[in-house]
Order: sequence, then C-alpha cells, then structure tokens
Amino acid sequence: MMLTEEEKEDIEVELQRYKFKRAACIEALRIVQQHRGWVSDQNIKDTAEFLEMTPDEVDSVATFYNLIYKKPVGKHVILICNSISCWVTGYDLIYEHLKARLGIDLGETSSDGLFTLLPVACLGACDHAPAMMIDKELYVDLNPQKIDEILKEYRERT
Amino acid sequence: MIKRPLTRNIQKGREPLSLKEYERAGGYQALRKALKMAPEEVTNLVKDSNLRGRGGAGFQTGKKWSFLPMGEDAPRPKYLVINSDEMEPGTFKDRFLLEGDPHQLIEGITISAYAIQADVAYIFLRWAYSPTADQLNRAIAEAHDSNYLGRNILGSEYSLRLHLHISLGRYMCGEETGLLNSLEGRRAIPRAKPPYPQVCGLWGKPTIVNNVETICNIPHIVNNGVEWFKGLSHTEDGGTKLYGISGRVKKPGLWELPMGTTIREILKEHAGGMLDGFKFRGVIPGGASTEFLTERHLDVRMDFEDVQKAGSRLGTGTMIILDDRTCPVGFVHNLEDFFARESCGW
Repeated sequence: MMLTEEEKEDIEVELQRYKFKRAACIEALRIVQQHRGWVSDQNIKDTAEFLEMTPDEVDSVATFYNLIYKKPVGKHVILICNSISCWVTGYDLIYEHLKARLGIDLGETSSDGLFTLLPVACLGACDHAPAMMIDKELYVDLNPQKIDEILKEYRERT
Repeated sequence: MIKRPLTRNIQKGREPLSLKEYERAGGYQALRKALKMAPEEVTNLVKDSNLRGRGGAGFQTGKKWSFLPMGEDAPRPKYLVINSDEMEPGTFKDRFLLEGDPHQLIEGITISAYAIQADVAYIFLRWAYSPTADQLNRAIAEAHDSNYLGRNILGSEYSLRLHLHISLGRYMCGEETGLLNSLEGRRAIPRAKPPYPQVCGLWGKPTIVNNVETICNIPHIVNNGVEWFKGLSHTEDGGTKLYGISGRVKKPGLWELPMGTTIREILKEHAGGMLDGFKFRGVIPGGASTEFLTERHLDVRMDFEDVQKAGSRLGTGTMIILDDRTCPVGFVHNLEDFFARESCGW
C-alpha cells in the first residue's frame, strides 16, 4: 500500500524545516509509524520514493533508531528502563513482575495484542527510579502494586 | 543578587511561565541588551565569564563560539544546534530546564545565535521528552508572535528561524557530530574530526552545538555581567551547576547550587544522606561514562578541575550512588551493557 494522502501531507509539513528532503526521513518514518503502528519493508520503499532516496538508505535509518518498529507491536508499547539508576533501585523486581503479569518476555507481545514489552535506555527520570513509559506516558517510582494499577487502567480503557 | 538564576522561575508541579509571566519576571531584557551590542562583544562577554559547556566535556563556550567564521565572507547559512538529547544514564537535568522554563532556553538561543550570527537554530530533543514538545512549540510560537524570533528581531537587522526536531532515540545522538548526522536524516554515527563543526557542520556549514543548561546561562550573563557570574561559584569555573543524585538516598533529586559544591554537601544536606540500612560505597559523579569516586573523595568540589584531579570527570554533574548492598560488578556490568548496546547502533 502506498503512502496515504494524509501521511504525505504530514511529511510535507516536516520538509519545510530542512534544506534537503532526506533530512526529513526520521520524521517521515515516525509519521508512517504513527498511522500504521509499525513500519513494513513496503512502507520503507514508499517512504524512500517520496523522499527521493533509495530503500537501503531509509532502511539504514529505520534499523538504527530504537523507536522505529520493524515488526508489528501491541496496542500499547511498554518501554521499561534498564539503565543504571533504575537497575540500582529495583529494575529486576519490576521486570519480573511485568513478565509474570503479561505472560511475555522482552520483545514480545501479549496474546490479547494489548501490550508489547521492550527495554529502553535511561528515560531521564532517575530521581524517581524505577521508571517506564507506556506510549508517551511516563510512570515513575514503580513497585509491583503500582504496576498492577497501571495495567488495570489500560485494560479497562479498551 | 540572584543566587540561583537557572531555576528561579521553576516551581515543581506548576506550569512553566507563559511569555507574559516570563516578561514580567524580567525575561527577554537580556535579549534587548544583547541586540544593542556587537555580536563579537557578546561572544567576548561569554568568554570572559569562563562559562564551560554543561553537556559534560566542559569546553569553554565563548572560545567554542570564537572558532566560527564571522563577517560577510562567512559561509551561510550558519547554524546553532541545541543538544537536548539527554541520554547519559543517570542524567535528568536538562529535562528540568526544558519543562520548567522554556522561554529561558529560547531567550538563550536567540542571544547565542545572535552572537555567532546564526541564521537557523534547531532544538534536538530526545524522544522520551516528547511530552515537553507541545509546551516548547507553544513557547516558540509565542516568542515568534512577539518578534523574539523570526525576521528583524525587535526592529534589529538580525533574523533567526528556530525549529524543534524530535529524535527517535540512540545514545550516539548526544555526541555532537553524531547529532548532526542524525539531524541530516542519517544514522547518528560520529564524524571524523577535523574538520570541526564550527567550520564544517550541519550540511557542511558552520555550526555550533551547545547543551541546554549551557545556553540557559547566557541571558543571565548578559543581564548581570561577568563578575556576578564568577561570584556565584565556589571555584574558578564560573556560575551555578545543576547537581542531581539518584540511587539509594533519602531524597533523590536535582538542585541548582554554586559550582564547586562538595559531594558531601550535596549528598548529606540536599539528598538527605543514604537511605536507612544502606551505606555509601562509591559514586559516579556525572553520568555512566565517568569514573568512580569513593568515601575519601567526599570533600572533592564538584567542578571541572577538582573532579578531574580526583581521577574522574564532572560530566553532567548528576551523580549515581553505589551503596553497600548493590553488587559493584553488577553495577559496572549494567553500564557496559548499555555502552555495548548503544555505542555503535547496529
């Protein structure tokens, strides 16, 4: 499927900020992902064509950055911080608890398609470690009980 | 006189100042003053203040600026890029300034860009901080409407466009030439130096890359002068510093204190000491890439010179504490794991 008109319009807005088309390629991938949830090989080809780049060039960017998903993900992506301050203050406990509650390990999606669990580098919330993000929402001072409440909220929302 | 310039407008749990409120608090007066000075005079002022880069490396900001080609023959456009890719593990200081007082940053950007006569500026923001992006974009639009940005700023000859770029996450984006590659839409792989970005940076044009905290100091230096700035500090490195502590302490947090405050004072008086049942074993003073200091270093003053003399680096000034119940080998393993995953990106 080609890029939609809406996607093209969004990318056009970003193009205005840069001198060269290829500079908007990170934004273009973000826009495609926003609309589709993840970025397929076909999307890479279409984005490349639109930005007058080769598919390889766009793919090299897509595979470099952490937050471009090259595989389908769940409705919500949980990014759990495993950097040093979170590790010191209880990452292991949080990780084991999430794993048990969701029935999945890092890199996997829950069977109901609701959550994908991924590790992430320092979220810059170290004074309130341990921390995680769900989509664009930051959650801090985590403990097992708090995680249960958060997951419940997301489940009820859907 | 103001003792804590960077955080004076910031109150936890409160929305940042709107443009009107920021103006009432004296905001954008420094910009008016700077626009009446010659660009080189602003650079010299910053040089004399001995402001050193707060991103970690501590290079003198004014000196960095002075390497940029000036005058009519200088290649154009020239760029100013604000490094807001705070990804050093344990570091959360720039977030505080970005979220807490966006107009302070914008005023700092306009003055700094004027000093180097940049035509375009970018704020390079990390993805994890994207909830801040709306706030920043709003502040940029406000500043535009009041002609603190845009064409012929406040009736002067000087014009500047400011854009916000949201990154998609990789530690290497924080390295200045990796950041420039990323801004050009490429992998964030560092470039060989020389040439330095000041001469051949973004799209091959003269470019200055500065950290958020560094830039936030600029309006205050212009407003209050070199002597005031130097007087804020306990040591030769001028100004204040945002210090942070995370780990098993009573009150993890972030504080703006005189540059050169001792580790002991920050740990005991501000972070409330170690949590009950935990003992201090060591500290990495400024992010994952700085070396451990131990008990005998508690009276080291946290500035660029003294921490280096003690065998480590000030880095970002946000400390991570190693306690007696955390395995030091596991601690180092976690850091190495991070670097292995993030340093190359493929």
